[in-house]
Amino acid sequence: MYAFIWRHLPGNLAAKLAGTLLLLVLAGLALWYGVFPWLEPRVALDEVTVG
Amino acid sequence: MRAILRTIGELSITLGVVLLLFCAYLLWGTSAYTERHQRILQRQLEAEQAAKPLGKVELGGAVALIRIPRLGASYKYAIVEGVEDEHLRQGPGHYPGSAQPGEVGNFVVSGHRTTYAAPFNRIDELKKGDPIVVDAREARYTYQVTGTKIVEPTEVDVIEPVPGHPGRKAEKAVITLSTCHPEYSARQRLIVFGTLSKTEERDVI
Repeated sequence: MYAFIWRHLPGNLAAKLAGTLLLLVLAGLALWYGVFPWLEPRVALDEVTVG
Repeated sequence: MRAILRTIGELSITLGVVLLLFCAYLLWGTSAYTERHQRILQRQLEAEQAAKPLGKVELGGAVALIRIPRLGASYKYAIVEGVEDEHLRQGPGHYPGSAQPGEVGNFVVSGHRTTYAAPFNRIDELKKGDPIVVDAREARYTYQVTGTKIVEPTEVDVIEPVPGHPGRKAEKAVITLSTCHPEYSARQRLIVFGTLSKTEERDVI
């Protein structure tokens, strides 16, 4: 999977590294601001009220 | 075959990293949200002091400031009205319908233990006699801790006007704090009880 992505990143080694970094940052942002806020209320690990 | 195995391995490692990142989000990402809303709520309290008629606060509004000296001189949170998820994310929440600060009856406040800035993370350290200071609009109410208890999530007796005695009419002003127990779990609830010991009217400026 990762080898596939690496092969399809354009440019020389430096460009490929930059592309990798960009993809990692994008994935991280999507998780942090999109997936995690959606997921958090669904895992009840900090329920504080009674009743 | 090898390609399939390699892909499964890569996916597993990725999932592990994502879960680690999610833990980091729960601990730090959610705190940023609470701190942002705490600033808004605390400004709201400052602006409204002595300016607004007393009485009930609408859902999502700021009720009072809570300070617990045992947990540090800078320990200070704005209590928000309401105990739905959206309220508790902003700070400790006051049960609508339970007593107002200082009022005869039970002033019930719930707060997160591990996520969303974890305002009630260390309330298990409270000891008998420790002060819990509630700065409401009209006065400063100081409650004294009378005890702590670990209960099941279904034991709603603790939020009755007289905790533990459903139906009995309240004669004292008491406070009840609740949070989850043990840490990182939703299995039980940690409850801290207190009784009003001092009321200082706020000087009107």
